[in-house]
Amino acid sequence: MGDPDATGRFGRFGGRFVPETLMPACIELDAAFRDAWADPTFRAELDALLRDYAGRPSPLTECHRLSEELGVRVLLKREDLNHTGSHKINNVLGQALLTKRMGKTRLLAETGAGQHGVATATAAALMGFDCVVYMGEVDMERQKLNVFRMRLLGAEVRPASSDSRTLKDAVNEAMRDWVATVETSHYCLGSVMGPHPYPWMVRELHRVLGDEAREQCRALLGGADPDVVVACVGGGSNAAGIFSGFADTSAELVGVEPAGGAAVGGGVPGVVHGMTSFLKQDEWGQVEEAQSISAGLDYPGVGPEHAHLADIGRARYPNVTDQEVVDAFRTLTRTEGIIPALEPAHALAWVIREAPALAGRTVLINLSGRGDKDVAQIMDLLEGEG
Amino acid sequence: MASTMETHLRTARDAGRKLLVPYLTGGLGPWTEHLRAMADAGADAVEVGIPFSDPAMDGPVIQAASEQALRGGTNPGSIFADLRGVDAGVPLVAMTYYNLVFHMGDARFAGEMVDAGFSGMILPDVPPEEQGPWRAAADPAGIDTVLLAGPITPDDRLRVVCEQSRGYVYGVNLMGITGERSSVGEASAVLARRLKAVTDKPVLMGFGVSTPEQAVEVAAAADGVIVGTAVVRRILEGESPEQLHAYIASLRAALDAG
Repeated sequence: MGDPDATGRFGRFGGRFVPETLMPACIELDAAFRDAWADPTFRAELDALLRDYAGRPSPLTECHRLSEELGVRVLLKREDLNHTGSHKINNVLGQALLTKRMGKTRLLAETGAGQHGVATATAAALMGFDCVVYMGEVDMERQKLNVFRMRLLGAEVRPASSDSRTLKDAVNEAMRDWVATVETSHYCLGSVMGPHPYPWMVRELHRVLGDEAREQCRALLGGADPDVVVACVGGGSNAAGIFSGFADTSAELVGVEPAGGAAVGGGVPGVVHGMTSFLKQDEWGQVEEAQSISAGLDYPGVGPEHAHLADIGRARYPNVTDQEVVDAFRTLTRTEGIIPALEPAHALAWVIREAPALAGRTVLINLSGRGDKDVAQIMDLLEGEG
Repeated sequence: MASTMETHLRTARDAGRKLLVPYLTGGLGPWTEHLRAMADAGADAVEVGIPFSDPAMDGPVIQAASEQALRGGTNPGSIFADLRGVDAGVPLVAMTYYNLVFHMGDARFAGEMVDAGFSGMILPDVPPEEQGPWRAAADPAGIDTVLLAGPITPDDRLRVVCEQSRGYVYGVNLMGITGERSSVGEASAVLARRLKAVTDKPVLMGFGVSTPEQAVEVAAAADGVIVGTAVVRRILEGESPEQLHAYIASLRAALDAG
């Protein structure tokens, strides 16, 4: 996938719609990341952390029983096996090292399901930074375990109590904090969204998982690439990571959105959280609340590069219902002994639904996180069903 | 060439008057009566917030006002409609977030603003680099776009902001979001002096100002002061137009007394 232009745009999406008070910080961050990313010392330090601390490379797992059941050859990129339980750690370790390099001492983050918050709190503990994580009140309730984990790690978790009280409101709160503390704080944004350079920087920091997956697939498939690469999309960071490994191959790229938060599938271009992208909004441009079983995908927008990939037809973005997601969650657990997070269960749900059309093909799914955090929610749900 | 709004503000300033520009949230209660009361009490212009679902630059008070107005059915169309037939006698400046404009289309939004009687616009999430499409519509329509600068805005950006800004330049007193503060501090005067050094456009300072004493302090190094949250809080607390008139008059009197 290509780099954005000088204005931070992928095609007609992206840009930098932030208050003037944040522009110096965005410009500084852009320069600092460019400098660090070209510096072999920085890259070596990050690679060592990813290997020795996060446990990279994550394995590629072939799902024999599920493949047989579906008639589709299913491979999983196991980001669930990373330290802290998801792909989020890749981005966070990179941004934490960058924070140190910029001489800042405080990390700010927003979180939906809590995975990015936990990863940020973890990096803050590792590097001795102060850490404040904003989380929607609704999400704090449905992801209590992650709230506790963040607090154990020494982070302060602050509730976002305005509007829908979910991920988009947590982003607003984090931006409000950043405006006031920008001289000492780095906003460790957790997805490929926000003002430039975030969408590009976060994708580059997740590229490692796509590059690994491509090599692993070629080793397994006798030099071939999978036919289809599938990932769930809220803001779209894990999808950006895996797509970046396959964008220049002939693999079909599929980003799966939740039906209740389908920005590409149900939105129109808009401007929020610093970027132009597809956005679910009403007739006047007020941002609509997303409704999804998965707190991590409860976001009415999407990263601008995904909007661009949809625009040019390089990737497509279908959506799945909450019920399909719960069914997929149970299917993978039962057939492979892997409990997925509800977020990547969206990708699985699409593959299961489309299995007849995918028959005989090889599909790579990015299993972006593990389901421990969701088990209590699923337990309540299934008990409710009787 | 200076626009009508800028000429109005410059004339007042050049006559030795400190400018007073209050803000209120459009659509909140009998808001056009509050607007008229503030104009009558000595405001030199009034900023009208057009509520947006995600006001990332605003503190809890203006957030609450926005949510309340939105729940009551406020939208850009209702704001424009409410203003028809209202002659406040002072320039009106809309303040909102860019998505509402982008969604309607820059040219149509600018046209609707002109029809409703607005002469200025503040878009806090549109920095100089992203002004292009809006300005291509607003400038020919005669809408003055006011840009913001903050305490850590470097000199080169400060010059660009002052060059691009029309009507006045909005100096942000402090690092942070809108809201009342017990002390606005030295940063305000430093920024006001830096702005005055590079522009002769009116320089108004806002964020954190609520008392007459603060208004006088902040206006000292600048051309005037913007008061937002303190006004909106009073409206949320149920103050009548008469009570609001008294508050604005107290700020006016303090500024006039120096």
